[in-house]
Amino acid sequence: MRENETIICRCEDITLEEIRACIREGYQTIDEIKRVTRAGMGPCQGRTCRLLIAQELASYYHIPIEEVLMPTFRPPTKPITMGALADAWKESQGGADA
Amino acid sequence: MIREIEIFVIGGGPAGLSAALAAASTGAHVLLCERDEEPGGQLVKQTHKFFGSEKQYAGERGIFIAKKLAEEAYQQENIEILTEATVLGIYEDGIVTVLKDGKHLKFHPRKIIVSTGAAEKFLAFPNNDLPGIYGAGAVQTLMNVSGIKPAERVVMVGAGNIGLIVSYQLLQAGVEVACVVEAAPRIGGYLVHASKLARAGVPIKTGWTVKEAYGNGKLEGVILVQLDENWAPIPGTEVDVPCDTLCLAVGLTPLSDLLFQADCHMEYVRELSGSVPVTDENLMTSVEGIYACGDVSGIEEASSAMVEGRLAGFAAAASLGYDVERASREVASARAELDELRSGPMGARIRAGLEKVNEKRGEATC
Repeated sequence: MRENETIICRCEDITLEEIRACIREGYQTIDEIKRVTRAGMGPCQGRTCRLLIAQELASYYHIPIEEVLMPTFRPPTKPITMGALADAWKESQGGADA
Repeated sequence: MIREIEIFVIGGGPAGLSAALAAASTGAHVLLCERDEEPGGQLVKQTHKFFGSEKQYAGERGIFIAKKLAEEAYQQENIEILTEATVLGIYEDGIVTVLKDGKHLKFHPRKIIVSTGAAEKFLAFPNNDLPGIYGAGAVQTLMNVSGIKPAERVVMVGAGNIGLIVSYQLLQAGVEVACVVEAAPRIGGYLVHASKLARAGVPIKTGWTVKEAYGNGKLEGVILVQLDENWAPIPGTEVDVPCDTLCLAVGLTPLSDLLFQADCHMEYVRELSGSVPVTDENLMTSVEGIYACGDVSGIEEASSAMVEGRLAGFAAAASLGYDVERASREVASARAELDELRSGPMGARIRAGLEKVNEKRGEATC
């Protein structure tokens, strides 16, 4: 398969070639790969790439996919503007702008 | 400002609407949060008729079930529905945050019912980012919700029910379906859906997959390849199929991000198609007061999602002291209905998956 033309993370444009290079270098979890490549850090927050990366790890390490460690999930589930957060903070302070 | 809520339902699909209606019927107050413009979930694009028994709306088309449930919910005084509202997070202190009209809102529910549904799976092959490559769900939305003819000539990947049904609906919309490709050695969906396609002359190629897509700036065709019994491509079997759209119907996976955030005990169960919460007989997760129902707790049919929603809704309401006697009876009857829906050969996979979840629950409490 032409790994450099196969997209795994659509949001961050990360290819299969980059994911496999990471795994060969010794990265063992979805979270580690996320930190070095940004795969899973885009608008969809990993909904598309998470299982594809899990499959790559499972096949490289010869383990069932059940044993691949899932990443840490944190709020927010989708991008939110700084303005929305700032408005919520102002309102909580009883500010005049709220 | 943090608003106090009795029962907070996340997701207004078949499970969430059923949960809200069940809980509200006991007198409990419900806030239902829906990401889309209207509640209904995936039902709003399902123009085909449902199977099952009458209690789960058999013979009715999905879109009309959605309308009926949504209308009932809008009529209930003790159900408040927020649309175009996305839940962003469930925090350790039980606060739920929501993005609505560009505003960041905070709620403090006594009970949370998570019915967020599923996401479509994706496939890795060269040029899989060409415009013209879609999830089958997106194509179905364009066609059945927006009334847009989504393609001229489609190759469908996946012969499960979604792949078969969407292929037939494409034919009805005047789109040519070149073929349906299925990597497994046999068709996964119901025979009745496959037969309709076969009668219309659409080939269903089992034991085949997509080797690569090609096109200059947009999809112009795909190269298919046959697989051997070990799912390895057989060299020399490649065929070139020109098409402007490739539809991926390669399965759904639970959209369980919020349950992970809330630190629920999660397990990957392949029979349920992804990471699912370990729940008890009331569909409560390992976190007190957080329930899960519908596809987020394992991929099944909409009929099971509605019954699970009803179960979770009544269980949550009863735990708050609402109409306990009737709610308990309703919970028991929902459990019996689920057993019936999952009986028979088509339910074997689900039963095996739920058995694994039960084992994990045992391990956690020992």
